Amino acid sequence: MTSPAPTAATAGAPLPAVAARDITKRYGATTALLDAGITIAQGETHALVGRNGAGKSTLVSILTGLQRADSGEVRFAGEPAPALSERDAWRRHVACVYQKSTIIPTLTVAENLYLNRQGGGLINWRSLRRRASDLLDEYGVDVDPARVAGDLTVEQRQLVEIARALSFGARFIILDEPTAQLDAAAIERLFDRMRQLRDGGVTFMFISHHLQEVYEVCQTVTVFRDARHVLTAPVADLPHDELVGAMTGDAGALLSSGASRASVSSEAPTVLAVDDLRLAGFYEGVDLSVRAGEMVGLIGSGSSGKVALAETIAGLRKADGGTVTVAGSRPKPGSVPSALAAGLGYLPQDRHREGLVPLLSVAENATLPIAGKLGPAGVIAPARRRAAAQRMIEAYDIKTSGPDQPVNALSGGNAQKVVLARALSNDPKALVMVSPTAGVDVRSKESLLGAVASAASGGTGVLVVSDELDDLRSCDRVLVMFHGRVVREVSRGWADADLIAAVEGVNAPVEGAQVQ
Amino acid sequence: MTGSQTVAKPPAVVPPAPGARRLQLARFRDLALVPAIILLVIVGAIIDPVFLTQANITNVLQQQTELSLLVLAEAIILIAGKFDLSLESTIGLAPALAVALVIPAASNGLGTEVPVALAIPLCLLTGLAIGAFNGLLILRFKLSAFIVTLGMLIVLRGLQIGITGGQNLFDIPQSVLYLGNAVWLGLPASIWICGGLFAVGILALGFFRHGRSVYAIGGNVDAARAAGIRTDRVVWIVLMIGGLLAALAGLLMTGRLGSVASAQGDGMIFTVFAAAVIGGISLDGGKGTLFGALCGVLVLGLINNILTLGGVSAQWIQAIYGGIILVALILARVTSGKAQD
Ligand SMILES: Nc1ncnc2c1ncn2[C@@H]1O[C@H](COP(=O)(O)OP(=O)(O)OP(=O)(O)O)[C@@H](O)[C@H]1O
Ligand SMILES: [Mg+2]
Repeated sequence: MTSPAPTAATAGAPLPAVAARDITKRYGATTALLDAGITIAQGETHALVGRNGAGKSTLVSILTGLQRADSGEVRFAGEPAPALSERDAWRRHVACVYQKSTIIPTLTVAENLYLNRQGGGLINWRSLRRRASDLLDEYGVDVDPARVAGDLTVEQRQLVEIARALSFGARFIILDEPTAQLDAAAIERLFDRMRQLRDGGVTFMFISHHLQEVYEVCQTVTVFRDARHVLTAPVADLPHDELVGAMTGDAGALLSSGASRASVSSEAPTVLAVDDLRLAGFYEGVDLSVRAGEMVGLIGSGSSGKVALAETIAGLRKADGGTVTVAGSRPKPGSVPSALAAGLGYLPQDRHREGLVPLLSVAENATLPIAGKLGPAGVIAPARRRAAAQRMIEAYDIKTSGPDQPVNALSGGNAQKVVLARALSNDPKALVMVSPTAGVDVRSKESLLGAVASAASGGTGVLVVSDELDDLRSCDRVLVMFHGRVVREVSRGWADADLIAAVEGVNAPVEGAQVQ
Repeated sequence: MTGSQTVAKPPAVVPPAPGARRLQLARFRDLALVPAIILLVIVGAIIDPVFLTQANITNVLQQQTELSLLVLAEAIILIAGKFDLSLESTIGLAPALAVALVIPAASNGLGTEVPVALAIPLCLLTGLAIGAFNGLLILRFKLSAFIVTLGMLIVLRGLQIGITGGQNLFDIPQSVLYLGNAVWLGLPASIWICGGLFAVGILALGFFRHGRSVYAIGGNVDAARAAGIRTDRVVWIVLMIGGLLAALAGLLMTGRLGSVASAQGDGMIFTVFAAAVIGGISLDGGKGTLFGALCGVLVLGLINNILTLGGVSAQWIQAIYGGIILVALILARVTSGKAQD
């Protein structure tokens, strides 16, 4: 399937849709790619996998003409790639959903979809909105095109980006971790769409840390490790373990992190209690409690209100009624500082928007909440900060050139690790995490979840809000939310199928379904 | 335990999205200052019957023309996510240099005595060149726009003083005086020019691809680049247009006052920013409309006029004017319901 490019273009033997050869790219001291390459045959869906910082997104920016490689060449169907300045030529060859959002928050959805191709001459806004709404309908995205894109949820923005990439009509489409923020139904819709397009002859390059997705939609997989190409093979010939082995460079089986934690004594104090919390349109009458040292999971579909609930606990939203108690005190509703002061740690869903200060260094970002402890009277001793950050970099396996690297130069998954390291740095009494492992590679996921589990063993009460079953395995119990209510509670040792059924509302009591 | 699994979701129940209403609100935000303008007109009429006379209204508008051109320039630059403080020096230097090049040394000129017909082109060219130079420093050398244009503000002011020897220039050629004095169809030419340029600006930024790309760049420059917008080129052009508009404003001011003061434009930049922000332009880029900025200018002009007509003593007028600007900012914040940034 990954036959080398024939020397002469003949009708019988199609040239690969894209071939990148001997690509090297350095950022200062960091080598992001070293003589790496990829060859993607016409019409196949080709997976690119590798650990955080392996160089995947860097290759994407080179294949889409956003950056120039230091050396190496890119060919599309045998032709050399256009010059970097010819953006239109690039866009005819390749469309892309980047890992970092390329939605412009101040413009409407319609304008984002048709950015820089609104049509010549005077823009007709009405017809632009109509075209946008047709496009969104076509991909089953339920978003009003007249809304300002900054008001969309993470998932909606992601769907808008995907619809936009698919709408260019390019025959080669790159998707860089498109599924990290989507729930299963949205992922299924995306895959259906991809299969349809593939039947129509469209070529895909697909990047994901969810390896089962690779097995589901891809025919060929290429593995990068530490900036180099490791292997390319048909998916069908590569068992899961070997794939993970190729990514991590060792064949050891994955551990099940934290699953063996001792269970919590019933005398442990309650560190997080939610009592009859209501927020119209999102959730209603929610009760839950987390004891010190306990890990509680919260799962539910995109419309279940689980993220809104987490945001309310963290003070990002203000509930219509009910109370939140953190370690015995009641933080002021709708106030983040008050929640933090009460001893709450929070890991937001959207790390780009709420999680990190992009231009500050890794060290500064990671130590923001503990800045007060790094020196006397609010003075921050740089050496102590560096040392604290260095410990975090090692503990969480963050791939960076050093504590002084600005966080916006980190790969997506590594940025996520910084956010998590920060949330745990303050020894919070209660910790609320939303999708803690989104965009994190298989091996780092283990170490992150291990870190969370050991924080719990140290007496932190943890609430894990996630769709990923793996995030929830080490939880003492898992609550299922459905249409704004907690409908089910299962304790450790649940069966996957059982939990999935509950999330889908199959065998759950559904009387709370009409929450508006 | 391998890979990860994500569970399915039932058909989404999307929280009610008040789409249509939101859209209307967004349109109204543009008109947020119109009630304030109407209110000011009523207050003005009550304070002094002279207020509503055609002569006074024309006078108010004409006095605001130079400010409004600077606000037009600054608004476009702010929407593109940049900054230009040097506009207030360009408004003095551009006409001063052009005039000094054409008038004889005896009238404080440079003694080059370039043909008088070149005065206006030279003035506009100077503005364009200043914008281009700002662009060079900001885009090529990746310097902060704030610092670059703050430096330029001082350098350009110094150049003007150096060229004119710190003197006001009085021997102004007729061609340079024309635009600031002429009356077309019963209204000062400068009002027509400003109105026309705002109309062009509103049209370009609201309805043309290149104009929209200015918003895209201010909103998220990486995303704009990924969408194929030549971001550096657009920003550069925007900065040059800014310089050009400031030079034109300088011409109008020179014509209106009949001379080039050595401190022409000094201190204007604060009012420019106040008008832009009251008019809803975000200092973060990507937000606001030129119509809003124009309303901001009108509000400030009316307030100034009412204070004068109301007989506020000259010693206090500045403090009161500044206070009212602050109040207007607070009101704009409250009525738009969004944080100003
Ligand atoms: N602008 C930049 N400046 C400096 N270093 C960078 C920059 N962009 C990426 N890097 C570095 O290059 C390496 C590869 O990053 P890349 O984003 O390609 O990783 P990735 O494989 O996409 O990882 P992830 O799975 O986490 O998204 C990382 O070590 C990263 O820190
Ligand atoms: Mg990446």
